Amino acid sequence: MNKVTNRQVICDTLLAAAKEDRNIIVACSDSRGSGSMTAFFEQFPAQSVEVGIAEQDLVSISAGLASCGRKVFSVSPACFLSTRSYEQAKVDVAYAETNVTLVGISGGISYGALGMTHHSLQDIAAMSALPGMRVYLPSDRFQTKAVVEELLQDEKPAYIRVSRSASEDLYSEDTVFSGGAKVLKEGKDVLFVACGELVAPCLHAAELLGEEGVSAGVVDAYRVKPLNEELILKAAEGVRLVAAAEEHSPYGGLFSMTAQLFSSKRPKKVIGLTLPDGHIVTGTQSEAFQYYGLTAEGIARRVKKELA
Amino acid sequence: MDELTKNSYKLRRIVIEAVYRSSSGHIGGDLSVVDILNVLYNKIMNVSPETRTDPNRDRFILSKAHCADCLYAVLGEKGYFDLEEYLNTFERFQSRFIGHTNTDIPGVEMNGGSLGHGLAVSVGMALSAKMDGRGYRTYVVLGDGEMAEGSNYEAMMAAAQYGLDNLCATVDLNGLQISGTTKEVMNSAPLGEKFKAFGWNVIEVMDGNHCEELVAAYEAAKNCKGKPTAVIAHTVKGKGVSFMENNAKWHHGVMSAEQYERAVRELEAMYE
Repeated sequence: MNKVTNRQVICDTLLAAAKEDRNIIVACSDSRGSGSMTAFFEQFPAQSVEVGIAEQDLVSISAGLASCGRKVFSVSPACFLSTRSYEQAKVDVAYAETNVTLVGISGGISYGALGMTHHSLQDIAAMSALPGMRVYLPSDRFQTKAVVEELLQDEKPAYIRVSRSASEDLYSEDTVFSGGAKVLKEGKDVLFVACGELVAPCLHAAELLGEEGVSAGVVDAYRVKPLNEELILKAAEGVRLVAAAEEHSPYGGLFSMTAQLFSSKRPKKVIGLTLPDGHIVTGTQSEAFQYYGLTAEGIARRVKKELA
Repeated sequence: MDELTKNSYKLRRIVIEAVYRSSSGHIGGDLSVVDILNVLYNKIMNVSPETRTDPNRDRFILSKAHCADCLYAVLGEKGYFDLEEYLNTFERFQSRFIGHTNTDIPGVEMNGGSLGHGLAVSVGMALSAKMDGRGYRTYVVLGDGEMAEGSNYEAMMAAAQYGLDNLCATVDLNGLQISGTTKEVMNSAPLGEKFKAFGWNVIEVMDGNHCEELVAAYEAAKNCKGKPTAVIAHTVKGKGVSFMENNAKWHHGVMSAEQYERAVRELEAMYE
């Protein structure tokens, strides 16, 4: 069982890159510990910026640094980063096209029982609505590394959301990622389009369905915006049902975008495997996933019901 | 009359022209901030159209970005772009001169329009200079109405925390905002005391429409070490046009032909 978190992978990848590039900056809002960025602050103090508990300031200062040629990674809990500093992301990052990557840590319901203030179930919707803002929800540590390495090569705004706990390994060191989506499994009856923490349960649901004679494919749409439409449409050829899965509200995220894609390009039934539009039950992330049927068993059950 | 003050007249005349032709613009604030921008661009800052991408150029952000009309006048007059294009297209269909600052316009360093952003962005710019050991300075101009935005106070803390003595903020304190006096709407006074409490060096300019007084303040700011400087410039909204002066209605107003002619006459008389 993998114990390396995706936030740790982000730090390690930036540490490696910062040795070669002194323009790489990490900025935190009293979040270096929760963002696993302590090592970066210790090894590259001159490339580290602490702004205190001030997310609006975090994003604007990052944009100012970026406008002077820096490549800034602004790291803060996804819940605060995506909503408290939303206007700064809109104006100073997206509109000004600054070289800032917003890193939303402990995304979705990672903080579990801490409640709605600490949940980010509208970040995909919010960030995707900003012109030019790319949105990434990597599903495992190898993909996280590849995404950060890719973002280090360009100078455009992006938002990455990762979970708090370690994610199950779905790939390996050798996996090559390109185009923002990956076919994990091909299928003839149903296609899962998933991102982030929901990719693994969908993959396992597909295996369970296979045992019962239902052929299920899985696309890991780790770049939610812009979505790799071509790859998803191709993977969905012939299937009766598309199921979009995400750790997000039912509105404005991957489910909405997938439904939009199929309704406009190839009409097909699309269902959403999401969290509800309402208060989330008190408990850990995995307890809540269980409660809302976002486990391999729950997802397989739902799909069978839809196909019946 | 000295050249700098004469230039303030010229800039006021350009702004009146642009705003009249487009029937839009924030003329009241333009006329209060124009001397600050004139002094910074033509006396204090190390900037020119030729060096607009030089990493060592001084940086400027107009946080009260609705006064873009005035900044465009200053930049156009300095030759960053064809002034006629600005005069003839400001805020018109398909123009690149939108009503708030945008980096599509040569010389503009940051997009603006929503208040309470510029100070924090300028902290990032000044911090970048410190990281590199570059000697450029960063200037930002805010409105006093804008000082109700809480994000400014986050930025004030950060600027002091990082000892950004290469950062100079100016508050164009004209005492008015769209709904009335700042005192009535949301009193941000005493601003000098607030900046001081946040660890800033503060210079009060009692006549912020007087070029010489502004020059002295900015020169003094350059000599302050270890902390950022706030120049609190007491200005008059609508300065130079009698029917606009100290009148919140002219925060954003459209001149009739008669008012336009009167404004031009008054400006000419003021500097004669």
